[in-house]
Amino acid sequence: MMNYMNTISSVHLDILKEIGNIGAGHAATALSTLLDKKIDMTVPDVKIVTFDEMMDMAGGPENIVAGVFLRIEGEAPGSMFFLLPIEQATAFIQDMLDDQHFDLQEWQTNELALSALQELGNILSGSYLSSLSDFTKLSLYPSVPALSIDMVGAIVSFGLVELSQVSDYAIVIDTAFNEEQKMEKQEVRGHFFLLPDPDSFSIIFQALGVSDHD
Amino acid sequence: MTSTLEVIKVGIADMNTVKAPQIIRTSGLGSCVGVIIYDEIKKIAGLAHVMLPESSLAREQKINKAKYADTAIIELLALLLKMGACKTNLRAKLAGGAQMFKFSGGSDLMRIGPRNVEAVKKELIRLNIRIISEDTGGSSGRTIEFNPETSLLNIRTVNQGTKDI
Repeated sequence: MMNYMNTISSVHLDILKEIGNIGAGHAATALSTLLDKKIDMTVPDVKIVTFDEMMDMAGGPENIVAGVFLRIEGEAPGSMFFLLPIEQATAFIQDMLDDQHFDLQEWQTNELALSALQELGNILSGSYLSSLSDFTKLSLYPSVPALSIDMVGAIVSFGLVELSQVSDYAIVIDTAFNEEQKMEKQEVRGHFFLLPDPDSFSIIFQALGVSDHD
Repeated sequence: MTSTLEVIKVGIADMNTVKAPQIIRTSGLGSCVGVIIYDEIKKIAGLAHVMLPESSLAREQKINKAKYADTAIIELLALLLKMGACKTNLRAKLAGGAQMFKFSGGSDLMRIGPRNVEAVKKELIRLNIRIISEDTGGSSGRTIEFNPETSLLNIRTVNQGTKDI
């Protein structure tokens, strides 16, 4: 197959940015409604990065995060991650469970907290994907999201398995978000990573009326 | 008295070698496998951060040898021999190959961790390199650090603490 990285133009990058904008915009609204809080979102960043650089985008391979992973199935398969810094995940769970004493040390044993976080991932990824599906008119549906609280490297590398058979680079559509007021602190930002499978790029571009070689 | 050890870091789908007193580390292993081949007498070690079991999976023209078990281990062996390691002294330790997420269905993609471990072991056996110890499987991410001075592999996890193997 052709090296798909070489066929990506600035027009394509703009389209991917728009996809991130629409998807994460809807997800942020869903999050805001769920928590009854104002959520800020950054302008999406579309980057062609090495795998190591991708880990660095989420705070480095050893940074501990709550990660929700799902596979996108349908006409344009891919992977999606929703990564939350532990502090932010704790705050969200406290809000969802209405328990301000909830402590992140209880992660593994607290079934309720885990299912709350899983549900959060469900809602966010669902709204991201359905807006994406509306925009592209492609049929896309999420696998059941899976949750892991662990190192960024261990979580994110799993979503790179498909991609890594084709390339040592990833095209990442990254949207950072945060509760309002905490914006200045880079490290407490959450991230949406959308990683279309290599063959999905041309499907997405064609669905939006842009040929592969524009 | 404390001395600062020089730590060589290995990224994902990458490999490198060290000589004591240097130590070598790779961070955030999930389904990937960190394989260390070392010469206890010459105190030389190499580490590869393997992502995929076989290079036959590759759909790229130019293969990154460190990425696949079958190409990484033989390449690492060549690098170590070039540094002066003695083939008969070589031993191996490995860690990683976790299943970070549980899905119903369990396609081949989801089993990538165990498949990586199997492929690494198969290759080590084929090359007659004895496996001294391993910490593989489970569902935890690992950061590993090998010290060629002591031949100890330190493994750090988020949920399961730290140990030396």
